[in-house]
Amino acid sequence: MLLDQLKERFGADIVAADSARGEETIVIARERALGLMRALRDEEAFAFDFLADLTAVDWPARAPRFDVVYHLHSLKRGHRLRVKIATGEPAASVHSVVGLWKSADWLERECYDMFGIRFEGHPDLRRILMYDSFEGHPLRKDYPVGRRQPIVPEIDPILNPRRPSR
Amino acid sequence: MALPARWSKNAEVTDSTGEVMEIQMGPSHPASHGTIKFNLKLDGERIIDCDVEIGYLHRGFEKMCEQGTWTQCFPYTDRLNYASPCINNVGFALAVERLLGVTAPERCQYARVIMSEVHRLADHLTCLGMAAGEVGAQSVMFYTMEAREFLYDLVEAGTGARLTVSWCRAGGIARDLPADLGARIALAFSHLDGILSDCDKLLSRNRVFIDRMADIGVMAADEAISYGLSGPLLRAAGVAYDVRKAHPYLVYDRFEFEVPTGNKGDNYDRFNVRFQEMYQSKRIIEQAMRTLPEGPIALDDPRIVLPPKDRVYNSIEGLMNHFKLIIEGIKVPAGEVYQAVEGANGELGFYVVSDGSGRPYRVRVRPPCFFGMGALSRMLVGHMIADIVATFGMINMIGGECDR
Repeated sequence: MLLDQLKERFGADIVAADSARGEETIVIARERALGLMRALRDEEAFAFDFLADLTAVDWPARAPRFDVVYHLHSLKRGHRLRVKIATGEPAASVHSVVGLWKSADWLERECYDMFGIRFEGHPDLRRILMYDSFEGHPLRKDYPVGRRQPIVPEIDPILNPRRPSR
Repeated sequence: MALPARWSKNAEVTDSTGEVMEIQMGPSHPASHGTIKFNLKLDGERIIDCDVEIGYLHRGFEKMCEQGTWTQCFPYTDRLNYASPCINNVGFALAVERLLGVTAPERCQYARVIMSEVHRLADHLTCLGMAAGEVGAQSVMFYTMEAREFLYDLVEAGTGARLTVSWCRAGGIARDLPADLGARIALAFSHLDGILSDCDKLLSRNRVFIDRMADIGVMAADEAISYGLSGPLLRAAGVAYDVRKAHPYLVYDRFEFEVPTGNKGDNYDRFNVRFQEMYQSKRIIEQAMRTLPEGPIALDDPRIVLPPKDRVYNSIEGLMNHFKLIIEGIKVPAGEVYQAVEGANGELGFYVVSDGSGRPYRVRVRPPCFFGMGALSRMLVGHMIADIVATFGMINMIGGECDR
């Protein structure tokens, strides 16, 4: 129902659409994303006023490597929609939607922090959960789980036992 | 509730010093329950800029979930919002069940509702008590902590643990509710009623408390929606959005309850909304206890649910079944699901992706207080430095959930 409306309205801008487990998903092209998102927010038939979530999924074996996943919700109409944009290496990036939903500010910072995906036009794109000197992006599948990046040098307590204080 | 006009704030204070002072508040500050840093720019005591820094409790929850089996994620979810762990458990269980295409038995769903609401009560009591204590009403904090103990006794009776319950499983719950839970709830509620009424009398019309809360941290409805606020923060702004009503899950559509709202979206409304929600949670628990059906607490499906221990120890089939589920994990079909539940702080979402192996491919949590923290700077600019504590308390940031 919602998917039919979307296909009718946006036509070829929707690369793929599917409905599974009661959830509607559309995949849209990276270049046309911002205008389409704006229409999704502003047009009465969709009225997606609430950006519930923004994250990414890493598929290292696939050609555009990342899916940036938006979960839109309309408080007015009560429907939900998942929007995906594929983007790949080198220089994975999508356009920022901070101008449409303010919640995107921190969500995009987190997505950048965890996946290294850049959001063009974001006013203040810096790390949010990790610290500035952290190397790499931990939620990428090729970031090793066991890698340690101590902020202060780690001292092995067995090799370097602490001297008893006097 | 309308306040007398003489209690309204004199907002036009013109005591600018003409100087900007930069000060860092936190990350370990005695008046903020949670590790967080505010980089403030102040003009006198007035905040002119505030950069909120989070991440001090980041432990890689989402990365950890990708390492083990689906069942092994449940203990991690406890540690998200540790003031109401059961709601996290339920949210993740529902997401996995939807991927599996199964529905838990009736009794299990009722039990999940009851324990979720007990935890919502405990979470609100923690939030209100802490916030009241931080603005000076220390005794209220002791009262709410006492009330929370009665609820934790219920949690212990129902789930076997007080804090990190790890009680839900895909397809069911780990143990049944005790037979005397009804009597225990009645006893706990008789204590709770008295304490809630005391706290209401101490705070709701208290001049000092209202001065600290009313007209502080205001965020109107359209802006709150844009910032992605949900739960008590959004409802305080007058938007009656509650996941339990808007997108009912479990058996919430069978119970009668109201969604309390405010109108201004200030800290006092947030306090009131949380306070009223506690009465609604009590209503839900009482209705659920009256209609709690008998029956199994987990699905009878060897591909999803562990066999009972006597079958594991006494039959080779049971032993193999147990071994396969523990070592290989539940084979969740490939796909993706976004499951939202109403956490104590708002819409708690789990976006899970499976590639068909026994391990989660991606587990993403939408933490409700993350959005509150994102809006905090906007709420604070223009207010006094002392208002940080009150506003921060009403957002109810839980480090485990916000930073994951």
